[in-house]
Amino acid sequence: MLEIKGLTKTFNTASINEKRVFENFSLTVSQDDFITIIGSNGAGKSTLLNIVAGSIPVDEGTIKIHDKDITKLPEYKRSKKMSRVYQNPALGTSPSLNIIENISMFNNKNKNFGLSFGVSKKNIAKFKEIVSVLGLGLENHLETKISMLSGGQRQALSLLMATLTKPEVLLLDEHTAALDPNTSKKIMEITEKIVKEEKIPTLMVTHNMNDAINYGNRLIMMDNGKIILDISGNEKKQLTADKLMQLFKDVKTNSVLSDRFILS
Amino acid sequence: MLELIVNVIEQGLIYGIIALGVYITYKILDFPDMTVDGTIILGAAISSILIVNGVNPFIAIILAFLGGALAGLATGILHVYLKISSLLSGILVMTGLYSINLRVMKTSNISIPNKVTVFSLLGTLIVIVLFIFFIKLLIDLFLKTKLGMLLIITGDNENLVTSLGQNIGTMKIMGLMLANGIVAIGGALLTQYMGFADMSLGTGTLVIGLASIIIGQTIFKLPFIKETTMVVFGAILYNVLQSITLNLGFPASDFKLISALTVITAFIISSNKKVLKLKRGEKNVRN
Ligand SMILES: Nc1ncnc2c1ncn2[C@@H]1O[C@H](COP(=O)(O)OP(=O)(O)OP(=O)(O)O)[C@@H](O)[C@H]1O
Ligand SMILES: [Mg+2]
Repeated sequence: MLEIKGLTKTFNTASINEKRVFENFSLTVSQDDFITIIGSNGAGKSTLLNIVAGSIPVDEGTIKIHDKDITKLPEYKRSKKMSRVYQNPALGTSPSLNIIENISMFNNKNKNFGLSFGVSKKNIAKFKEIVSVLGLGLENHLETKISMLSGGQRQALSLLMATLTKPEVLLLDEHTAALDPNTSKKIMEITEKIVKEEKIPTLMVTHNMNDAINYGNRLIMMDNGKIILDISGNEKKQLTADKLMQLFKDVKTNSVLSDRFILS
Repeated sequence: MLELIVNVIEQGLIYGIIALGVYITYKILDFPDMTVDGTIILGAAISSILIVNGVNPFIAIILAFLGGALAGLATGILHVYLKISSLLSGILVMTGLYSINLRVMKTSNISIPNKVTVFSLLGTLIVIVLFIFFIKLLIDLFLKTKLGMLLIITGDNENLVTSLGQNIGTMKIMGLMLANGIVAIGGALLTQYMGFADMSLGTGTLVIGLASIIIGQTIFKLPFIKETTMVVFGAILYNVLQSITLNLGFPASDFKLISALTVITAFIISSNKKVLKLKRGEKNVRN
């Protein structure tokens, strides 16, 4: 369980570029949550994930996993509890190493990186099977360097590797946005399969309304650092892309109106 | 003539060790490390002063390695903890090393009696070949271990080291220590080979290392040859080229210019071949 409480974050404090992204923001993610997060550009979605992962420090507030306060924990130590997949496929793999080496390294996550061989022969059959689940035929090219793979193939591997050692929280930031529609669909299906089978609490940011509706059990809409819609269960199942777009627009005009109201 | 060729190859092999050190920082760690210009003299200084004082030449080499590793540690700490840029960290330590090296040697030039070097044991060429063989083998093996692969990832994708739950700073420091230790071994062997240690030895070490890497990876690039082997061959060929230029009548002092021009030319030719480019084209953006 992930608990974000009283989060406040301002970028470039006390400068002309000061930008308050969050003020007293709270969100509780329960053990069986697969949350899809939507919201306009600049709403604070990536910042939220960066704060949870520890790549950006908070000004105020606490972040807890299973009641353990991790707010002050450096990013690399938090990585032991959580995994991320980014929009940019280059961030999730090591291009100079081949597929089996990349997978072996992630199989060793949270263990000791010592002077034993990186790839152990006895694991190869197991990894072959795991990779074949992706259905991309990569299991026959385990010796291929990552730099030879396409963005979609890298992204599929990134996802696989991120969940190889089961994380307590999975963070996905537009992880299918750089892919063509077919590959994107495939990666989404793999995502759902892994998240369901492994029962990993997941936060998934997306700009694809259909994905936001079709996947996960809970949907959050963010705007200007606030959660403006939080629906789950049956209510979420009855959503359609049109309804969601309408809600989205309503919120936008409302916020423009209230801005005007303040100005006048 | 034969003797000249053997000499060139011997010197080339010793420079091969130095180039392997540069290879670790520049190609694997993605870190242009100026420290090596000072570390090579540090290795030479430690080794020569110990030998002159009657210490076993092999032990002198081991201590040179440790000295080099300490220099790498200093650069690493400046870069990782004080957030000084990679180039400036190296330059600062290199500059500081100049005084330290003078203190170690006490004069700017020491000569070593040649009966007490590592080469007196089995014959010069054999000893050099054994040294480079073992160092290369150890590097190749190391890069197949978990820690070695983590070092490769450190240069490839810093973000991934963090994702693996490991401290990126520690990895950079470790790589710098290893590389500078190896360069110091090269410096130690070089003085024992030449019979003297000299403060002018170091200037241009990084550039010579880079030139060797480029030459090796351009000329010996074949699917069955390991990168480390290419680098060693590159260093030998570099020394051959150097001796040809000398024999053509260019003064020895011109060769630093020639090395710099080699690297610049390689940059121009290979600008789209990634022979020498640092690996990270773009900063790690995360959104
Ligand atoms: N490192 C930073 N420094 C200064 N401002 C930042 C930084 N990171 C984000 N911001 C600002 O915080 C706000 C939220 O940005 P964020 O990247 O979280 O948006 P987002 O919801 O992920 O948008 P998008 O849909 O475009 O990815 C933006 O106004 C952005 O300019
Ligand atoms: Mg974003």
